[in-house]
Formats: sequence, structure tokens, C-alpha cells
Amino acid sequence: MRHLTSPFTRNRNSVQWVMQQVVLATVPGAAVLFYFFGWGVIFNLVTCVAVCLFTEAAIFRLRRRPWHQGLHDYSALVTAILLGLALPPLAPWWIPVIGSLFAIIFAKHLYGGLGYNPFNPAMAGYVLLLISFPLSMTTWLPPASLATQVPNFAESWWLFLSGSDGQGHTLTWYLANIDGFAMATPLDELKTGLGMGYRQPEILQASIFAGYVNQGWQWVNVAFLIGGLYLLFRNIIQWHIPIGMLGAMLVLSSVLYWLDPDQHIAASIHLFSGATMLGAFFIATDPVSAATTPKGRIVFGAGVGCLVVLIRNFGGYPDAVAFAVLLMNMSAPLIDHYTRPTVYGAKEVE
Amino acid sequence: MVQTVNQTGPTTSQKTTDKKAVRYDTPYRFHGGIHPDEHKTLSNQQPIKELTPPPQVSIYLGQHSGQPATPLAKAGDYVKRGQLIGAAQGSLSANIHASVSGVVQAVEERPVAHASGMRDWCVVIDNDGKDDTDRLDIIEQPLTQNRQRLLDRIFDAGIVGMGGAGFPSHIKLMPTVNHLIINAAECEPYITCDDRLMQDYADELIASIHLLQYLVGAQQVTIGIEDNKPQAIQALETSILKTSEETTGQKDLSSIQICVVPTKYPSGGEKQLIELVTGKQVPSRQLPLSLGIILHNVATALAIYRAVTQGEALTSRVMTITGNGAQQPGNYWTRIGTPFEWILEQQQVPQESISQMIMGGPMMGFALPDFRAGTLKSTNCVIVSTADELQPAQNSLACIRCSLCAEACPASLLPQQLYWFAKSENLAKAEEYQLFDCIECGACSYVCPSEIPLVQYYRFAKAEIIQKSEEKARSAHAKKRHELRELRLEREKAERAEKHRKAAEARKKAAADKGVGDEKKATIADAVARAKARKQQQESSN
Repeated sequence: MRHLTSPFTRNRNSVQWVMQQVVLATVPGAAVLFYFFGWGVIFNLVTCVAVCLFTEAAIFRLRRRPWHQGLHDYSALVTAILLGLALPPLAPWWIPVIGSLFAIIFAKHLYGGLGYNPFNPAMAGYVLLLISFPLSMTTWLPPASLATQVPNFAESWWLFLSGSDGQGHTLTWYLANIDGFAMATPLDELKTGLGMGYRQPEILQASIFAGYVNQGWQWVNVAFLIGGLYLLFRNIIQWHIPIGMLGAMLVLSSVLYWLDPDQHIAASIHLFSGATMLGAFFIATDPVSAATTPKGRIVFGAGVGCLVVLIRNFGGYPDAVAFAVLLMNMSAPLIDHYTRPTVYGAKEVE
Repeated sequence: MVQTVNQTGPTTSQKTTDKKAVRYDTPYRFHGGIHPDEHKTLSNQQPIKELTPPPQVSIYLGQHSGQPATPLAKAGDYVKRGQLIGAAQGSLSANIHASVSGVVQAVEERPVAHASGMRDWCVVIDNDGKDDTDRLDIIEQPLTQNRQRLLDRIFDAGIVGMGGAGFPSHIKLMPTVNHLIINAAECEPYITCDDRLMQDYADELIASIHLLQYLVGAQQVTIGIEDNKPQAIQALETSILKTSEETTGQKDLSSIQICVVPTKYPSGGEKQLIELVTGKQVPSRQLPLSLGIILHNVATALAIYRAVTQGEALTSRVMTITGNGAQQPGNYWTRIGTPFEWILEQQQVPQESISQMIMGGPMMGFALPDFRAGTLKSTNCVIVSTADELQPAQNSLACIRCSLCAEACPASLLPQQLYWFAKSENLAKAEEYQLFDCIECGACSYVCPSEIPLVQYYRFAKAEIIQKSEEKARSAHAKKRHELRELRLEREKAERAEKHRKAAEARKKAAADKGVGDEKKATIADAVARAKARKQQQESSN
């Protein structure tokens, strides 16, 4: 609708600017991912961006709107980058392609496009891939600090395209760590170890947990935390969801750890492993699919945090941010309904 | 160390307990609000000047809230400035006076200053330039006068709320209250007429406020003002101290306090200012009166004072003429009914060179559809904007539910949800989410990154709901009438049937009575005859 009546003035805030700032804030996290996991990170990002933007434009065409209008708001770019950052590096090329197509076509446009999607598109794409291709989706390279063989650009490129580096090595060869064992992410390591009946202190002897919290992943999380703080500082996101999520994770994992430190993952590992910070500041904060009232956003964030801890500790998957976000997306309308703020003058007068 | 603590302790407590401070910063805040660019220095640097009266004024008879005034003058009449030309009619209305002297050119439908661009009844006067003035009698020593006499004067002088509402002042001043708040916040960007009025007429204004205090019987009087007007605050403070010394011999005995509030739009909203000054919220859908509070604008206060002490009817007011298009931006005493095109002419602005004129502020004002319309008693500002100034957004994107609007809403509403309901015409839901607590301040539209004209949707939804409820009331009324009619027809039918039945019965009875009488006689005669025969038989046999 056109503006016909007051106000005649507005601030310089715009959807485009918001989205650009989000993209900008992912740079530190993406850089650290690249540092530890190599060229696969870049391939994922580039593929996701290309497919998402192309699909967005094509669908706008299909909906009989100017195709460039779809690219104009940068929302497809944000979806592409968040999905690209979440995928394991050097997964086969069709992983980012299928994820991107599903995210844009099914999770976004079949619901009406930007502003109408009940689920976070990037996470919907991620979960589709995780359920359909669990092996590819859980095969992470070891962080560069632990890897014995680091694929160079050409090797990475061939691994990405064909599953083999051109010299007969498959991805599995690159997974081996200095101990000669196949490498897993810290959360994988814990899940497998706990499942095999090891106690947590024993599992934490593994080389992946050397360092403050773990290898590589702690810095990835710190980098996304820095990007997230920038978004908070710029008032692009509000504190409610990140604080709700991280607070709930801290409290719940601490309580569980206090009850049984052998079986439950410590809070520090929860907070600085896997997709915690990416989830807290970039994914759960997607305004379209999150709760919209101030109180509701705290509840929403806390719900995501609790689900992440519960699924990581008791569920079948090592990480849980995507599932937790989608489950809370479903609850958002209900949360909004029960957390309406007190309107001016509605308070009882003493 | 201990000494320092002892020293600071008493001084701070003294400061907080000293309620007689003439000027203090409010400890209270309201939810939300925004900080738009102020653009106030454009117009508040110079003292108030007089705008040359126009050769012709067009005075709108319906410019106050309530019923329009009835025209008293007709074409060809000679009227003086201050002469009554429109009489208040009904319980909520205000008098209208000539703002120049001269001959009435017409009483007819003319374009008026209204967002819709409608035409309505105006009195058009050709200015003879003589300013021959009719005054009401001067009321000496107003603070000893009968309240009703003062209220009558305010009614006679046609005073209405000059902050923008145009509500007749004599009605607003009728009830007595505990707390009088003078609204000097002037939170809208660009507008500086109250700021300048306070600087240039501080003493008269303080006297006006004392008069208002006497009128409403308030024990407490607070001037609520934003901290972006330091000169005005200084001028008022000086004047309050001076007045206090003159009347009581002591500086700090004034009952008037200045409450400085942080600059944040919309602090000058009635409900927001009450919360800033008192920390209390006006209950939903009630008047400030329910808290024993009344608010008046500074310009209204001054107009009332002048009506009482100088017998002046409301024929001119201070108006901010501003915007990048204005050549001499500033504040001007402007006659009521001055055509906006005359203002452009006085500012040496060719009509073609400007893109729009906004009456009121950029947040809540409207673009004038017709520059021939005249100014109103409530016109506090006109913004002459250039092509790159205050232009509305052309397109809006989808709502991304970022909830910046909810953060900015001074009524703590959920604008993103209201937008959703208004857009889908889910009016019941919109009402449930308290659409009618929206004060249409525009803070939500201001912050919206998708540039959605949110307030426009709310205005539309409100109008729809009001119209629907009126229709509903009308149809309920019609239904009731129909039902009553049916009931009456039924009753009449039943009564008629009953009447017919009774009549038929009566007839039948009458007929039967007749028949029954003959039969009886016959039977009796028979019986008598038989008895006689039997007797005879018996006698003969014996």
C-alpha cells in the first residue's frame, strides 16, 4: 500500500539494510570456519548463494513479478549463507543444491514468500538434508589444527565435485587424525562415547577436546558470538532470543551436569560446540518464524535452548539447533497468544 | 572516606525530599518512543513576528470538535475584528469570530484544511486593513471572580484546544481537578510555536497558568516540557520565581513546577505526558479526569488569559512556518482563516516550486489538499517542503515481524499483529488486540524497515469497526422495531379474534336463550297437561 497519510518521516532503517548487516556479521564466523575446515566452506557458501538467488529470481518470474525484486531484499542471500555455514565442508555438491532448492521453493515460497514462512527456510533445508542424507551430513573434516592431511584447493574442488580428490583418496582418508583414528566433531565424539558406555571425563581425553573447550569449534563459536554481538549493538536483533536460548542452555545443562557429570555434557561444551552461537544469534533470531512479542521471544529462545540440550543429551543426533528451531517455530503462534504485553492503561489502578 | 559519605548522604536526601523545587527532571518514563530528527532550529531562532494579514480570510465554521457553529453574518455585512460571526450550537461547539474587519464576501462551502480535501461552510471576509476591533469587557482581578463568569467568558471568546485537538475549552475546564498539567512538551519535529511562546511571553504565560489553576481548583500544577528547550525552561523558571516573590515575598513558594522530560517522541501525547509527570497511566478508554488530572496546552492557556483580562476573542494564534521550502521560517502571529496560499506568497515561494505543504507536524499532520483553505484555531504549524523533504515511501515490502514497531509503540501494543489483522480485515481480532488504544502517533511506521504505512491500516480498521458497529446498532434497532411490530400485530390479531369469538358466543347465547325459553314452557305445559289428565283419570276411577 502507498503512504497517503502521516507520518511523513521515517528512520533510515530498511529490510535491505537489516539483511546486509546480518550478512556482514557472519563474516568472522565464516572466516574462522574457513581457517579450520578449508575450501569446502567456501564451496558450500558459493553454491548455496548461487542456487538460492537463482531460485528466488525464477520463482518471482513464475509469480509474475519482476525477477530482480526478489533479490532486492537480500533475504534469499541470508538464507543461502546461513545454510551454507551450517553444512559440512566437502559434502558432495548436490547437498548444498538440494538444500537450497528446498529452502527457497518449499520452505519459503510455497508459504507465500518473505514474511509468510512459518519455518526458518535455512533450517528446513538443513533438516531435510540431515534426515535424507545422514552420512554426508555428519561427516565433518577434522579442524586444521588436528588434521594430518589437509586437502588443498584443487583436491577440495575434486572432492566436492566427484567425492575423490583426483589421486584416489576419498573424503574418509582426510578424516583421519594424528592418532590415525577417524575424526568426528566434539559433539559426535561425546554422543558416540556416551552411547558406548564411556564416562564423560574419559571421552574428554580425546585430542579434539584439547584447548580451552575443544579444538577449532570453540573459535568458530567465539567468532559467531562476536558477529552476534555486533548485530545486538546495531539493534538488528534484540537480546531476548539469544539470551533466552543461551541462558536456558547454561541453566539446564548445568543442572543435568550437576546431577550426573559422567553422563551429561558440560555447559561450556554445550555453549562452545556445534552450531550453538550461530543458532543463538543468526538462526533462532530470524524474525519471520520466531515469536514476535518481547516476552514471547524470551520463551521462544529458552525453548530452543532447552530442546538443544535435551536432544544433544538424550536424542539420536549429536547437534540439535535445526530441530529445536523448527519445533519452536511451530509453537511461535501459541507463544505469541499467551505473552501479549500489557497495553497502556490496562493495568489496574491502585 | 567516612566524612565524604556523611557529607553526600544528607545533601542527596535533601534534594530528593525537597518537593518545592521549581524545576526537576522526571524520574518516570513511558514505553517505546522514537528520536526523529528535530529540525527545530530552522524556526526557533528568532522572536515571534506578525504575519501580514491576508486580503481575504476564509474562516471555517466547523473547525472545533463537536457541532459546527451557526453563521450569524451574511454576505454584504460589515464586521469588526472579534465580532461573533458563528454561534456555537448544541452542547459541544464553539463560537467563531471575525479575524479581520471588513465586508463579508460570502458564507458558502469552500475548501477547508482537512486531509480529505472536502469543502464545508466558511465565512469569507474581505479585509479592509483597518483592524477595527470589537472587544469583550475586561474582567478585572480574575482570580477573585466567580468561576462561572470566567467559563462564560471562555465560551464567549470561542477558545478551543490549540495543541491540535480543537476541543472547546469551556467544557474541558468545567470539572474541578487535583492536578493541572500544562503540555509544553512539543515533541513533534519542526514545530516550535510553543517553545517560542514560552520564551517571548513567559510572564504572561505564568499568569495564564495561575488563572487556569484558579479555574480548575488544582492544588498541583506542573508544566511538562522536553529537555530540548533549555531557553524556554529558563524563561519559565525565572518568571515563576519572580511571580512567587512578588505575590508571597519568597522565591520558592510557587505552586507551579516545571517537570523536564527527556526528548522522545511522543512525550507530548496526553497519556504519555501524564505518565512522565505522575508515573500513572490513564485507564484504557477513560479520560485523564479519572485520575483527577487535566491537561492544557500553553497556547490555549495564553488565549484564555487574554480573553479574560483583555477581552480578546480568539482571532489569531502563533504558528510555526517552517520547512526547507520556506524562505523566512519562524513563528508568526497568524489570523485564523489565513489562506495557506497567502503564507506561500508571504514566504516568496512560487506554488509550483514546492512539492507539498503539511499542516501540523511530520508525524501526525497531513498534506494539505488545497492551499486556498484557511488556517484553523488548532493549526500550530505548516511545513513547506521541498521535493527531497518529508516524502512518503512509494512501496512497502512484506512485514518480517522484526517487532521494532512493538518496541517503539508508546501504548505497548503489538503493531505487527494489528497490521496482520487489519490487512486481513479480521476486525474482531484487531479489537481484541486493543486497536482502539492506538493513539496514531506514527512511531511504528517511523521505525518499520519494510516501510509499511501501519497507521493508515489502523485508521482504516478503526473506521471499519466504527461503521460496522453503527450499522449493527442500526440493524439491531430496526430488528427490535420489526419484532415489536410483529408482536403488536399478533396481539391485535389475537384481540380481534377474541372479540369476534366473544361476539359470536353472545349471539349464540342470545339465540339459545330464546329457544330454551319456548321449550321450557312447552315442557311445563306438557307436564301440566299430563298431570291434569292423570288427575282426571284418578277422579273418574274413584
